[in-house]
Amino acid sequence: MSQEILRIQKISGHSGTVPGEDTQRQFTVCKLIDTTTCIGCKACEVACMEWNDLPFGETVFDNTYQTMPETRWNYWNLILFNEHEREDGTLMWLMRKNQCMHCAEPGCLAACPADGAIVQYTNGIVDFQQANCIGCGYCITGCPFDIPKMNPKTNRVFKCTLCADRVSEGLEPACIKACPTGCLHFGSKDDMKFLAEGRAKQLRDHFDFPNAGVYDPPGVGGTGVIYVLHDATQPELYGGLPKDPHIPWTVKLWKGPLKWLGNVAMVGGLIGLVVHYLRFGPKAHADEDTHPGGEKS
Amino acid sequence: MSTSEQVIPHGHVLRYTLKERLTHWVAAGAYIYLLLTGLAFWSPWLFWVAVLLGGAPVSRMLHPWAGLIFFAAVSQMYVMWSPQMKQTDVDKRWWKAVGYYSTNQDDKMPPAGRYNAGQKFLFWGFFWGAVALLASGLVLWFPERIPWNLRFLRYISVIVHPAAALITIGLFLIHIYMGVFAERGAVSSVIRGDVTLAFAKRYHPGWYDEIVRESSAPRK
Repeated sequence: MSQEILRIQKISGHSGTVPGEDTQRQFTVCKLIDTTTCIGCKACEVACMEWNDLPFGETVFDNTYQTMPETRWNYWNLILFNEHEREDGTLMWLMRKNQCMHCAEPGCLAACPADGAIVQYTNGIVDFQQANCIGCGYCITGCPFDIPKMNPKTNRVFKCTLCADRVSEGLEPACIKACPTGCLHFGSKDDMKFLAEGRAKQLRDHFDFPNAGVYDPPGVGGTGVIYVLHDATQPELYGGLPKDPHIPWTVKLWKGPLKWLGNVAMVGGLIGLVVHYLRFGPKAHADEDTHPGGEKS
Repeated sequence: MSTSEQVIPHGHVLRYTLKERLTHWVAAGAYIYLLLTGLAFWSPWLFWVAVLLGGAPVSRMLHPWAGLIFFAAVSQMYVMWSPQMKQTDVDKRWWKAVGYYSTNQDDKMPPAGRYNAGQKFLFWGFFWGAVALLASGLVLWFPERIPWNLRFLRYISVIVHPAAALITIGLFLIHIYMGVFAERGAVSSVIRGDVTLAFAKRYHPGWYDEIVRESSAPRK
């Protein structure tokens, strides 16, 4: 993929500085998904497979309008379907295009131990570099959205790239291009937030959706994919979108305090043993006599 | 085998049978591989270790298998040694006097048996460490197979695995220090199996008395 204008600002499992950090000013890019105008046509799913040249996988029919139960290593874009009964007894078909959220603070990247297997470009796109991936699957544990998926044949993890190759050439992601209703938008994060808030206000003021709002969860530093929801107080209705996603606290504990404590303990232990040997030396030879203090007679 | 048959010439006594020695070295080999590859995944500063060992993907592939070998060896140790690793009254006194032990004043220590209290602690530390590492390691081996609604298993495992590993690393450092640097004669005991009677008498007086008692008992 083109690296010409995609500078890296975060890099997984990396010692030392990050090449590209603060070298370039770029707009943080963002995909806006307006679930209120999505008709579930799946043009985005097809466009994603086509552009990324993903091998065909069998679909799973489960009496809904959903293509398969969840995203796969070779199916990065999936519209989740939910038939929701409102309090007044009317039905709503909730459609949510699910894919990588491109978190500002990505849990996958935090958990990854492989140097350069996961990077975040200065435009905010989080991208997996399969050539550097070691197949450990820690990213799967780090992600609060259940997005990274393992290819069982190659033991490498894949997910949506936000079409980093297209974006680097100034094009919008393939899913955006394919959307027939205009429920998908792409641009700078600021512009998308403005557009989303405007739409949410419209839904609150002029339609019967007093809880309409924008989903841009602060727990992961905000996301590079934001949603307009009819009911932002119940994101779980939309195929289990987590209400307050965070990097799992055990991952933070492991990569933060435990790492420091462990390093200090290991280095300190080694130094302690060396000092002990210098001070006390070996125990006296078994057939020698000793005086208190370990000194030889 | 009766203790009298363990006594070998030239004032030496058999401390570890071939089976015990083999088990020890299988565990040691597996542990060192696990330690090196594990440290490579622990810190980006040590990632090069995995590169030296054939590349990080290979290390990731073999680490769990080495873990199974290590656990099998530790299980065998449990079968062989757990009856000898029970805490005794002498062990309680030993811990109270551990300050003397660590400053090489071994003549002030209560008489340890075949294993002193510190060695028993090391054994149980490694045993329970291995159990924790196996349980969490199995989850981390196939994280993609853990269903989303059981993800707490992954969250527990990512913290239990390194924490348990760190505890065993502490024990490992002490084990190497005691065996290689502090107690002369310990390395050869786990290679060829024998120690001098003087070694037995100094470090494991209880065990020494047992050997003398049994070898001077009338033969059947």
